Amino acid sequence: MNKYASMKRKRFIGNLLSYILLILISLIWLFPFFGLLMGSFRSYDPAVEYGGIVSYVIPKTFSLDNYRFVLGGTTNYLRWYGNTLIIAFFVAIFQTIIVLCVSYALSRMRFRGRTALMRFWLVLGMFPGFLTMICLYFLLKQMGLTQAGAVPGLILVSVASSGMGYYVCKGYFDTIPKALDEAARIDGASRARVFLTMTIPMSKPIIIYAALCAFMGPWCDYVFASYIAFGHDESYNVAVSMYRWMNTGDYQGYFTRFCAGGILVAIPITLLFMALQRYYVEGVTGGAVKG
Amino acid sequence: MADSSTKKKNPVGAFFGALGNNIKDIGVTFAEGDWKTRVSYVIMGFGPLARGQFLRGGMYLILQGLFIWYMISFGAPYLSKFSTLGTVETSKVGRKTVYGDHSFLILLFGLLTLVFIAFLIFLWRMNVQENRKEELILRAGKHLPGNKADFHSLLDSNFDKTLLALPVAGIFMFTVLPIIFMICVAFTNYDATHQAPSKLFTWVGLENFKNLFSFASGGFGSTFIHVLIWTLVWALLATFIDYFLGIAVAMLINKKGIRFKKMWRTILVMTIAVPQFVSLLYVSKLFDAAGLINGTLMKLGWIKSAIPFWTDPTLAKITIVVVNIWIGIPYLMLMATGLLMNIPEDLYESARIDGASPWQMFKSITMPYMLFVTGPYLLTSYTGNLNNFNVIYLLSGGGPKSLSYAGGAGATDLLVTWLYKMTINDTNYKMAACIGIMVFLVTAVVSLVVYQMLPSVKDEEGFQ
Repeated sequence: MNKYASMKRKRFIGNLLSYILLILISLIWLFPFFGLLMGSFRSYDPAVEYGGIVSYVIPKTFSLDNYRFVLGGTTNYLRWYGNTLIIAFFVAIFQTIIVLCVSYALSRMRFRGRTALMRFWLVLGMFPGFLTMICLYFLLKQMGLTQAGAVPGLILVSVASSGMGYYVCKGYFDTIPKALDEAARIDGASRARVFLTMTIPMSKPIIIYAALCAFMGPWCDYVFASYIAFGHDESYNVAVSMYRWMNTGDYQGYFTRFCAGGILVAIPITLLFMALQRYYVEGVTGGAVKG
Repeated sequence: MADSSTKKKNPVGAFFGALGNNIKDIGVTFAEGDWKTRVSYVIMGFGPLARGQFLRGGMYLILQGLFIWYMISFGAPYLSKFSTLGTVETSKVGRKTVYGDHSFLILLFGLLTLVFIAFLIFLWRMNVQENRKEELILRAGKHLPGNKADFHSLLDSNFDKTLLALPVAGIFMFTVLPIIFMICVAFTNYDATHQAPSKLFTWVGLENFKNLFSFASGGFGSTFIHVLIWTLVWALLATFIDYFLGIAVAMLINKKGIRFKKMWRTILVMTIAVPQFVSLLYVSKLFDAAGLINGTLMKLGWIKSAIPFWTDPTLAKITIVVVNIWIGIPYLMLMATGLLMNIPEDLYESARIDGASPWQMFKSITMPYMLFVTGPYLLTSYTGNLNNFNVIYLLSGGGPKSLSYAGGAGATDLLVTWLYKMTINDTNYKMAACIGIMVFLVTAVVSLVVYQMLPSVKDEEGFQ
């Protein structure tokens, strides 16, 4: 009886420590977002408060000045936001289609040069992406897709090379029994029919995962977007323009405005992500095991 | 049998063997072929067209036509200057600018033309083969498949070609060609003083690589070694610290008796959801000299002057690794959570009966299992961290800069951020291209060596 009680006490202390640790972790992980939110309510107007970096979190007076600045017509913020949304939308659609096509071909069909192609793409992936930046710039420039045409240019470049990211999706297709395909083919269905009417409907989780990842990518794309749109304010995406707010010129005064702009980007993306979290977890776990 | 095994051992021999067979086959096809086949040697696709195979024949003919049109109107002028990359410099005659050769475009389109020529030779070979095949079928008294069946096969037995045509073309145009181009740039003197189109640049052989490994003053050698070592160390720290802490957090949440598991996970997952440029830029300012952390510590009186998080080289490195833990743990936690549930519960059960302590169970059940299953992930994660541009660039920008480094490198620069800086700030394309090749070599070597060592590769059945 006594032993049982001591064990119970031990477990209680263990759990208590775990809870304390978890709460501590949660605070650390949530703090930057809390700080970002609070920063966005601090007015940049010198008459009210200060828009730079300060050593306190909670603003002395809450104001919506930053949001007024960001959403008003002073800058092209809405335009930048729209650009990013357009890029993300089209990249998500086309990239998912291409990844599905490549994955199906590599998972289900055996053709000459299949392993050679996979090996070749693997080797290609070992080159750093930024290496080819200037070359891509000139290629796009020849097509008139830089500066003013940067938005379609960025979509084109992201979609064109997306075929190499087939791993997770192919891994998923590999787990769908081949016997299903064969049964359908014996009944006279063509490969295309099997792909469109059987494989795709069965792959909903992985399609959502692929689309979600493709959609989130462009929101972080700073490097290439800034290079392609160079000097043309109207073609920037949010990452490019807000990085400029922070790092070029007078970032001190723009800090809280960056916070407001960041919050406006983060909220919809986070909500979308949270809604589809289940599929994301499935993709991450599956991808990790299969490599 | 013996023949095939020797072929496997000697790829050069195999190549020439295959080449010889191909040439012989081309000769036999010509000698035994009818006039339709022979005309096909000059006008591609003529044979299939004459035999009623309009779809195939037409494709060959159109591609040949396109190729000739491309060569005459576009390819040939560029290709002819490929060996020098242009000789006529852009000059000013009075007030007018007379444009000379554009070295950049000569290199780019020269390469494109070379690839197209290789492709046409391949196509021509296929065209000959096609003729041979058709003749053999006809000679055997069988019928050729109709155009309709041909077209239908693109959705059935040849569906892979339909699916892969566009992705392969896209990857060729926007990945393969640019990579070949940049590899070539590493052997030219393309930099700020040789900017196309106003100036020419040309081939210089191994000059840039000599510079990269030169330890004399002005050489890139010592900087390159510094950056390379930090890149390797950073990737090691970033991968393994995150890995173990991530698993620890996952186990903490998975622990029996802990409630609100979903909530804890969701809080951590927030970091994945919020775009990195928002969260990382904010965090980098937290550590700023005037930022929240320094400000608070000073207010509390714990420190007198601001801690130089981003201006002291060693401290900047530590700060980056620490912040990266904040980014990395959520991914690992998600992954580990799924995997931990896959470990058979009876393993733990029997260990408990044998009186194993939790630490012993972790050491001899959990960890071996995790390492076995996530081996490939660790490898991709390591190579990913070698090229982890976002974290470094958004946090420290590669700084603090040091005068002792060449090429504008800073103490926390990885090879990729250095490459980026050389491209953007110094327009030193030739050295950037060299660094790019080095990144490739490092990644390839690490991948190959580690891949051979992975337990799941050596012993696939290990944990099944």
